[in-house]
Amino acid sequence: MKVKSPLEIYNYLPRTNCGECGYETCMSFAAHVIDRSAKITDCKPLVEEAEKDPKAKKNLEKLLELTAPEIVEIVVGTGNSAVKIGGEEVLHRHELTFFNPTAFFYDVWDTMDDKEIDERCSKVVEYKKFYVGEFLTLDGIAVRCTSNDPKRFREVVKKVSGYGKPMILVSLDPKCMKSALDEVADKKPLIYAATPENWKDFLKMALDYKVPVVLRSKDLQTLKSMAKTFKEAGVTELVLDPVTEPIGEGLRSTFERVIQIRRSAISAGDKDLAYPIMVTPIVAWLIDGDDVSKAYWEAVIASTFIVKYADVMIFRSLDQHVVMPTVILRYNIYTDPRTPVQVESGLRMINDPSPEDPVFITTNFALTYYTVESDLTSGNIKGWLLVLDTEGLGVEVSVAGGQFTASKVKELIEQTKISEKVNHKYLVIPGLAARLSGAIEDETGWTVLVGPLDSGRLKGWLEKHWPPKK
Amino acid sequence: MIDLAKKFTLEEFLEILKKYNVDELEGVRIEGDLEIELEGSALDLSSIAPLYTLLSEFGNFLYHANMALSYLQRLSTALGIPTPFAVAPQPQVQPTPPAIEEVKKIPEKLLEVKFEPTKVEFTTAIEEVVLGATKSDGGSREKTVKVGGQKSLAFYTFDSAQPNLPVIAIDVFDRPPMLAKAVRMHYQDVLEDPAEWAKKCVKKFGADLVTIHLISTDPLLENKPASEAAKTVEEVLQAVKVPVIVGGSGNKEKDPEVLEKAAEVSEGERVMLASATLDMDWERIANAAKNYGHVVLSWTQMDINNQKTLNRYLLKRVGMPRDSIIMDPTTAALGYGLDYAYTNMERIRLSGLKGDTDLNFPMSSGTTNAWGAREAWMIDSPIEGDTPWGPRELRGPIWEIITGLTLSLAGVDLFMMMHPIAVAVLKEIFSTLSGNVKESIEDPDAWLAMEG
Repeated sequence: MKVKSPLEIYNYLPRTNCGECGYETCMSFAAHVIDRSAKITDCKPLVEEAEKDPKAKKNLEKLLELTAPEIVEIVVGTGNSAVKIGGEEVLHRHELTFFNPTAFFYDVWDTMDDKEIDERCSKVVEYKKFYVGEFLTLDGIAVRCTSNDPKRFREVVKKVSGYGKPMILVSLDPKCMKSALDEVADKKPLIYAATPENWKDFLKMALDYKVPVVLRSKDLQTLKSMAKTFKEAGVTELVLDPVTEPIGEGLRSTFERVIQIRRSAISAGDKDLAYPIMVTPIVAWLIDGDDVSKAYWEAVIASTFIVKYADVMIFRSLDQHVVMPTVILRYNIYTDPRTPVQVESGLRMINDPSPEDPVFITTNFALTYYTVESDLTSGNIKGWLLVLDTEGLGVEVSVAGGQFTASKVKELIEQTKISEKVNHKYLVIPGLAARLSGAIEDETGWTVLVGPLDSGRLKGWLEKHWPPKK
Repeated sequence: MIDLAKKFTLEEFLEILKKYNVDELEGVRIEGDLEIELEGSALDLSSIAPLYTLLSEFGNFLYHANMALSYLQRLSTALGIPTPFAVAPQPQVQPTPPAIEEVKKIPEKLLEVKFEPTKVEFTTAIEEVVLGATKSDGGSREKTVKVGGQKSLAFYTFDSAQPNLPVIAIDVFDRPPMLAKAVRMHYQDVLEDPAEWAKKCVKKFGADLVTIHLISTDPLLENKPASEAAKTVEEVLQAVKVPVIVGGSGNKEKDPEVLEKAAEVSEGERVMLASATLDMDWERIANAAKNYGHVVLSWTQMDINNQKTLNRYLLKRVGMPRDSIIMDPTTAALGYGLDYAYTNMERIRLSGLKGDTDLNFPMSSGTTNAWGAREAWMIDSPIEGDTPWGPRELRGPIWEIITGLTLSLAGVDLFMMMHPIAVAVLKEIFSTLSGNVKESIEDPDAWLAMEG
């Protein structure tokens, strides 16, 4: 955003410290606007005043302009499934954070059997990957017009829209695009794509149907020229596609183009390029080779640009060896580095345990904790789970780094009064903490059982080792 | 444009204004349009941006730099203070043009614009480190491997040329380690023979280097004496002609002795000793590297400050030459802390390029760590509700590839890996992004019409 200091926002605020926004003072609110944990429109008096008084309205508009993200933020789709893209502020995540994770769209095409279309759409809609306490999902469906038949395209687009996911409509032919928009414009699809050849028709459609549009050109000057033309004509919901090339010099220059666009927007402040970027890993399916090689290369292209600035992508493969690494990489790169991923330490009861059930211990690193907790829960294992404060580090690192120690285990046992809740003194520790077993026994007086290296194997391990042989 | 000297003058001017009780100025409003361009002056908004905070001290009615300027102009006249600006902007305020309902028209032509790519030039190059030594340098390697030397972020060839591609070392162990099935199957025939293992890595899988991990020296395993472990190092050095990395068992008490002995028997070969860490006798390990002409790996646990500290110790207390240090800031697998590893390395690299000479060393990554991720090796998800994970033979290698690829973008120069497919794919990525693969496909638009 344009302003860097809370003071620059503060002067536009009511300065009454009314607290309606949830922060005690206007200054504190301003600080949260700067780090984007609060929005200007959270200031109710400001918004209400603006409705009554044109001067206050100007003030509010000015503030919104000053605090707008560096990269334009746009929304594709409607309702709960709508996805936000863009809205970024920085080139390197440690400088603040990245905000809106790259949106993943998967393709279907209109010369596909209806049955196959349904199968692919269902896969996209139903995909789930458990990670850090939640299920990761996929964002939308890209419908490609391969029939060149406006009627067929419209029919398929209608069918796909029934799945309720955001859509990208893919056709360079204005007739086909218009026909599809007549059907689903109210679902706010992203239309793909305006090129130096067809841009007038696409500009008109973007204006008439009020839908976001992708601009496509390998030449960044042309891309910029289209963006400026569209903006001045009144279309601001733009996405830039500098054309993804799958291999060799083509891929290298794609890398350069994507970085140049984002760098021009953020470092050089070029507003005409400050839009979300599209990359199409699906181009991997144009190269020679077997399906696994293509799928791997699709994951490689996607991962490169998840790290480097792509805001929206079109994929082909729905195989797990492409989807799983990319959804997790996206989660990792877009995790806010400012908030530690920790959970509260203490005692958790899993599946309503009784006094004879086992006691486990793990760390408070969110990933470790949620992995263990979900393994126990979904494995129907009853037990008591001690969560040790390892300052948000995983088992291996905290054992090596001295955040997971016998004396801290002792403290936790005392603090949680676990010995009053169970009728035994057996503690199951993670396999990766095996080297602490002697020290923990000495320090706590409990008998240590060294569990498996991965909590996913606890179920089988318990069958052999629990109840413990005396 | 306001230059710095004039900006200073404006600040002084504001100071003078402050003396005239600012409160009296409250309530004065300048009405006018909010045009960005100021006619008759060469002032643009960006040049006044740094003054914005100062100006805002005068109250929120000065909410536009333009208005602030004309306001200051008027004040300077009123108060008889000389204006700080060389060129006086037009004092008249332009009347707001009447709002016209804009008719959305499709223009005839695309607007003409200019686009200039931006180039980022850093001040400091990453140190270039040579691993291995040929006959002419007193060793017996057929070729050496160079890492580092770059002056830009990884693969930013448009900023500056990349003198060296990232390289890959394949792991070899002196006793059969725990390995995921998908990895073990490629080494099944050589697990008991480190020399044969090393040969296979080079001949069959194209390793640029091999790392011999002396894990049998761990007191909790065989507790093999350092002298015996050193023999394994000699065998590996004889078996292959590529540069060699020597790793300990990670045991804090034992490693210094083991690595010292290994350094002694490989004198002249310029191996890398892996590693010196803050919680073991780094001084002894680094001294062994220095005295026998080797490189030392400076390994810290994902903490940029510790990395700086350890590097300083190695440089200042041990006197390691600057061309003999590589850093391992710690690798966490995709999904298991990769975000920390990535950002830590990216910060280290940027600090180095920007002139922090405690951090401008090449980086190494233990990418084999990727196999610790359950997604890489487990038959299927243990979580109820997960979409089935698909064949694990396909998940494992890609986990290692994406972990390595991500860290290569953060700046890693040397990868320690295991799966042959992962090695091959990463090599392909490195040559592609460095501009060494010339072929492209003819029509990148073909996917638009692709059926099936």
